[in-house]
Amino acid sequence: MSTSTITAGSAVSTAGPARPRPRKRRFDIRSFAMVWGFAAPALIVYVTFVIVPVGLAAVYSFFNWNGLGPLERFIGIDNYVRALSDPTFLKAIGNNLAIVLLSLLIQGPVAIGVALLLNRPLRGRTLIRTLIFVPYVLSEVVAALAFKLILQPSGPFDALLASVGLGGLKQLWLADQNVVFWTLFFVLSWKYLGFAILLMLAGLQGVPDELFEAAAIDGASWWQIQRHITIPLLGPTIRIWAFLSMIGSLQLFDMVWVLTGGGPVNATVTMATYMMQYGFQRGQLGFGSAVAVILFLISLVFALLYQRHVLRRDFEGAVGRGA
Amino acid sequence: MNKARITRVGAVAAATALAIGGLTACSTGGDNGGGDGKVTITWWHNATSDPLKGIWEDVAKEFEKDHPNVTVKVEGYQNEELQRTLIPNALRSGSGVDLFQAWGGGEIKDQVAAGYVQDISDSAKGTIDAIGPVVSGWQVDGKTYGLPFQFGIEGFWYNKDLFAQAGIENPPTTLDELNDAVDKLKAAGITPIAVGAGDKWPAAHYWYNFALKSCSPDVLKKAQSQLDFSDPCFVKAGELLQEFIATNPFQEGFLATSAQQGAGSSAGMLATGKAAMELMGHWNPGVMGGILKDDTGQADATPPSFLGWFNFPGIPGTDGDPTAALGGGDGFACATWAPKECVELLEYIDSESVQKRFAESGAGIPVLPAAQSAVTDPNLQQVLKGLQAASYVQLWLDTAYGTTVGGAMNDGIVALFGGQGSPEDIVKGMQDAAATL
Repeated sequence: MSTSTITAGSAVSTAGPARPRPRKRRFDIRSFAMVWGFAAPALIVYVTFVIVPVGLAAVYSFFNWNGLGPLERFIGIDNYVRALSDPTFLKAIGNNLAIVLLSLLIQGPVAIGVALLLNRPLRGRTLIRTLIFVPYVLSEVVAALAFKLILQPSGPFDALLASVGLGGLKQLWLADQNVVFWTLFFVLSWKYLGFAILLMLAGLQGVPDELFEAAAIDGASWWQIQRHITIPLLGPTIRIWAFLSMIGSLQLFDMVWVLTGGGPVNATVTMATYMMQYGFQRGQLGFGSAVAVILFLISLVFALLYQRHVLRRDFEGAVGRGA
Repeated sequence: MNKARITRVGAVAAATALAIGGLTACSTGGDNGGGDGKVTITWWHNATSDPLKGIWEDVAKEFEKDHPNVTVKVEGYQNEELQRTLIPNALRSGSGVDLFQAWGGGEIKDQVAAGYVQDISDSAKGTIDAIGPVVSGWQVDGKTYGLPFQFGIEGFWYNKDLFAQAGIENPPTTLDELNDAVDKLKAAGITPIAVGAGDKWPAAHYWYNFALKSCSPDVLKKAQSQLDFSDPCFVKAGELLQEFIATNPFQEGFLATSAQQGAGSSAGMLATGKAAMELMGHWNPGVMGGILKDDTGQADATPPSFLGWFNFPGIPGTDGDPTAALGGGDGFACATWAPKECVELLEYIDSESVQKRFAESGAGIPVLPAAQSAVTDPNLQQVLKGLQAASYVQLWLDTAYGTTVGGAMNDGIVALFGGQGSPEDIVKGMQDAAATL
């Protein structure tokens, strides 16, 4: 093996300059082998565990299948029709979209505001930054279980309200069908705000100090600086955060599943909990697959439209700078 | 010249293929063949803690000792993980498990329809006869596919001290007496009933019991075998439940209460004296003991001493049998590809010696009548008495009807608890779900 390698190596060095063309072709084979050699393991794993299951789900979605036995009962698009005409699934889509919107409208501005504050010289800044990031580091299941205990009737949260004289605001946080959605959104914000703030803070580090100095010399106020310099320059970060937030909101599962199970009476059902409930708990894997495909398509359309219309500018900018 | 590189590329590809192949190879197993007569039985059960886990390990060792050619690989998994993921996957792949936990009802019916389960009607005839009617949950079209090792019924677990405090002398035997007890408890400032409606099934069991006490056994049997819910007694059950919910017998915020997790759960409320009753299966004292140990600092997992038990009361003027009981059990079944020794192991599990040991451990109620006298736990003795007094025992309705109809039924019932939908909607949801099968 070693001799053949040497032969190959010498062939390249001696014959190379005299015959450029074969050399180039040989170089191509080499790089081709290298690219595929390195990429193949990852590619095979990706295809086996991502592409193939997605394809299989698409196939299952056209069958009435309970997970046992062979796929025999082809029913066309019946599963899709059934899902899209089920008021519970439509409610799930509505809940997902509501969380997307609320996250963008509420979490975004709050995160930017807190990041701007934390970007100023402040005593104990590192400690505050760490504390804000702690909820994001917690496992989602742990956080949900903790909130489930805190928010139970006459639980610690109600006690806290009463101790500051707000006992009248007491609600059945997780049991009242009109309140539970907002409770869920609050817990989600608590959990993910830290991540948004961290991203914004990182984005703020990329804004050159010279711009602030120049603006200050020109007599701009702190507000004017933030409004006309910081936030526009924070644009790429905000757009990436919004993208992550939307996709996360669409696929929301763990927190809801542990905190409310999608209930009570479907008040907090999301597309993913609906899929879990019908696909696995009710043992209708064909129907569950159809729901999964719908969820996948909605996420894909969101992602593609967003990349095409919003993120394109950032990507082009990055490529331009790189070249 | 380029051979070496091509070889190398080939080697990388081959190694990758091997690695992937290795991943998939992990899932295959169940090596039952072998010319020297050696067989391995892989046994999956849902006992993750003692005493039951230890009993199964002992049973496996004893069986190996009596059958030198057999190796028993016994593994305990978390219940839902086992039921929803591990067993279906193993059955689908056609290997990996030989003797597996079987909950009976609609589930084993589906597994039988897909051809995964051994018919043991003849090979285990003696044991089937010895156990008696509770085997019916593991039978499909008159053939037996699995054997239960325990079977218990549910009823109201109640706090005798709180009942005395509210001036209730005898546990209720009719629905009117139950309503009366609820009123007396409320008048005494005690939450009458805790229900873990957040987990859905504990709430659904109220409807099951109203259906059990409103529908004749024949209607219930037909519903189970044909998924026919057209009898008006099923709507009647929802109406009775609606009336019962309207009396506000449950704790505050019951829609989000879980059944078994912590002191705030329905079992925890009964265990800590915050509620007077809970409708629950025979396992409830064990759950309450666990909560007392983990959450209230009790030294061991002894169930509370104030517990009493009574069957869901009968409803005069309906077709239902007032002594009928709703119950369920745990069993095992042999996969189609399991070696013949699997059935022998299954029979050994239901032998008098193992069943007696099971009874003595307090883990549950054995199915073998000859072993039932060995039940020493006072709480289980009360349930056993109820079981023996029952003229008709119906398997949990969600288990009996299968997960698809069962899930639709439970969701409809929980909606009724949440003040949405109607008694008719529950039945319609069940019929619609049955139509998608």
